[in-house]
Amino acid sequence: MSKTVDAPQVAAVRDGDSLTISLVGAWTTQRMGPAQAKLVDMATVGARRARIDLGGLAALDTAGAWLLHQTLQRFREAGLEVAVDGADAAAVSLIETAGKYDTPHPPPPRRENPLAAVLLRLGRSTIEIGREARNLLNFLGLTVIVLLGSALRPGRIRGTALISQMEQTGLNALPIVGLISFLIGVVLAYQGADQLARFGAQIFTVNLVGVGVLREMAILLTAIIVAGRSGSAFTAQIGTMKVNEEIDAMRTIGLDPMEVLVMPRVIGLMLVMPLLTFYADIMGLLGGAVMATVTLDISFVRFARQLSEAVTLWSFWIGIIKAPIFAFIISLVGCYEGLMVTRSAESVGRQTTRAVVEAVFLVIVLDAMFSILFSVLGI
Amino acid sequence: MPDTAAIAEPIIRISGLTTRFGPQVIHQDLDLDIARGEVMGIVGGSGSGKSVLMRAVIGLIRPASGRIEVLGHDTAHLSDAERQALRAHWGVLFQDGALFSSLTVAQNIAVPLREHSTLPRSVIADLVAMKIAMAGLPADAASKFPAELSGGMRKRAGLARALALDPEILFLDEPTAGLDPIGAARFDELIGDLKRTLGLTVVMVTHDLDSLYAICDRISVLIDKRVKVGTIAELMREPDTWIQEYFRGPRGRVAEQAATRRGQPQGERPENERNGGGDSRSDGDSR
Repeated sequence: MSKTVDAPQVAAVRDGDSLTISLVGAWTTQRMGPAQAKLVDMATVGARRARIDLGGLAALDTAGAWLLHQTLQRFREAGLEVAVDGADAAAVSLIETAGKYDTPHPPPPRRENPLAAVLLRLGRSTIEIGREARNLLNFLGLTVIVLLGSALRPGRIRGTALISQMEQTGLNALPIVGLISFLIGVVLAYQGADQLARFGAQIFTVNLVGVGVLREMAILLTAIIVAGRSGSAFTAQIGTMKVNEEIDAMRTIGLDPMEVLVMPRVIGLMLVMPLLTFYADIMGLLGGAVMATVTLDISFVRFARQLSEAVTLWSFWIGIIKAPIFAFIISLVGCYEGLMVTRSAESVGRQTTRAVVEAVFLVIVLDAMFSILFSVLGI
Repeated sequence: MPDTAAIAEPIIRISGLTTRFGPQVIHQDLDLDIARGEVMGIVGGSGSGKSVLMRAVIGLIRPASGRIEVLGHDTAHLSDAERQALRAHWGVLFQDGALFSSLTVAQNIAVPLREHSTLPRSVIADLVAMKIAMAGLPADAASKFPAELSGGMRKRAGLARALALDPEILFLDEPTAGLDPIGAARFDELIGDLKRTLGLTVVMVTHDLDSLYAICDRISVLIDKRVKVGTIAELMREPDTWIQEYFRGPRGRVAEQAATRRGQPQGERPENERNGGGDSRSDGDSR
C-alpha cells in the first residue's frame, strides 16, 4: 500500500538555457498535495529547453498525470522545447488519457447582489405562500364535498381504516396528552399560587387553573401534540405512498384516495379529538388539584367546591367546541401536505415539517379568532 | 468446474465465507478469487445474495465467518486507519448512483478528494472536471443537483465519484439496471474503456446478459449459497439447470447472438483472460 511508497518530490536543475526537472516518489491524489505547488509554480523564465525526468516515479495516477499534462502544456505555451524521459508505457498512456479528458473547470457560479437575493427570496416565498394558501383552500373545499358525500352515504366510510386511525391518533396519544396536561395543571397552580399569595387570594388559584385549563390550555396543548404526532404521521404515511406510486396505483384500480386515505383520517381525528380534550381537561385539573393540596393546603373537596363556583359549563364547552375544528385543520393540512409529496424521499421530510408548522400555526390563529369571537359574544 | 486456485495473485480472495441474516443463511462456505485486471460479473437469481456478497467484500456487512482478503489485507483484522487507507483503493457505484442529494455533481465528486487529499481547491476543481469528462458527462452537468439528472447521468456521476481517488478496484451494483438499451450499451463501453485506460479490476453485480457478453472476462454464478466461476463458455458446459436456463434461455440466446454479431466469439474466449493480469489492456480492440 501507498504508505511504503516514497513521498513525492520535485527537483529542478538549471544549466544555461536548459531546465531539468526530475520527479520522484508517488504522484497520486492522496500523496501529491504538498509537492504539487512546486511544480505548478515552477518558473521557466530564460529557459529554452525543458527535460522532465520521470525515471524515479514510484506511482502515478490520473491526478498526477493531469498535473504533468498541465505542466507540459504550460511549458510548451511558454515556447519551451519539452522532452519527457524515463516514463514507462503505462505512465505515458495515463498522461495521454489525462490530456484527452482535461477540461477547464467551469467558473464558480456568479454571486448575486445580496440585496437583490434577499428581495428575490422574499418575493418567491410570498408567491409560494399565496399559492399554498390557495391550494389549501381548494383542498378544504374538496374535503368538505367528500365529507358531505360520506355523510349522505355513511356506507362508503371505510370502517376498519376509521377505527384503526382512531386507535392510532386517539388511544395511543393518551399517555403523552395526559402527562403534558397534568404537568401544565401543576405549573399553572404553582405560578398562580405564587402571585395570588401576595394578595392573600390563594384560593383563586383554583379559578385560574379551572378557567385556564378548560378554556385554553387543555385544547391548545392537545392540538399541538396531535399536530406533532398525528399530523406529521399523516403526511409521512401518505407521502411515502406517493413516493411508492401507491396513490397512482389506487387511482388506476378505481379507488379514490380522498375516500380511502383522507376521509378515515379526517373523520377519525374529528371524533377522537373532543375525547382527548376532555381527558386533557380532567388531567389538567387533577394536576392543579394535586399542586393545590401540596403547596396551598387546599384539600380536594375544597378545590372541587371552589371549582364549581369559579367555572361555568360554558368554560368546559368552549374548550370542547374547538376540538373538532382544530382536528379538521390538523388532518386537512397533514393529508394535503402528504399528497403534495413529489417522488423523492427528501420531499417526504420537507412536507412533514411543513405540515406540522402549518398545522400549529393555523391552530393558534384559529384559537385567537375564537377568543375574539367569544369575547364579542360575551361568553 | 474451472479451478479458481490457479490464479497466482488474486486482488480479492474470499475463502469460507458464510453470511446470514438471523436464521437465514445467504452464503455458506463460499470461495471466490478475483484476479487483478479482470472484469468479474456476479449473477444469480433474485435473493441469491449477489449484493450481499459485494457488501460483505466492501465491509458494509460483517460476515458470520470466513476470510475476505483485499489487496492482501484481511478485511476483518484492520485498524481504523488501515481500513480507511484500504477504502481509498476501491470505488463503489451503488444502484442509483447514491449521490448526496444536497450537493451538486461536482461537489459530490469532490467529497472523496477533499477527504483524502491535501490538494488546493482549484486543483480539485480541475480534477473533478476531468473525472466528469471521463465518465462521459457533459461539462454543464457539474453544477446540477442529482434530482435534475436522468437515471443514466446519475449513474455516470456516481461512477465519476467512485473513480475520484483512482481506485484499483471498482465495484458496480447493477450498473445498467433501469437504463434504456442504448444507454446500457454506452455504459458498458465506458466501463470497458476505463478499465483498459486505468487498469481497473471491476466487480459487477448484474442481471444484464448483454453486459456479461460485452465486458465480463469471467462470471460468478451464485447457486446454493456458493459460486460457480468461469467464462461464459465454461459455464455453459455446467449441467446445473439454473445456469443452463440463464445462458440458454430465450434472452441468453439473443444476447449471445448479439455478441457474436459484434464479432466476439464467446465460445473460444481466450484462455489467457482467465488468468486476468496485465494482458487485459492489449485485447481491448477485440470487442
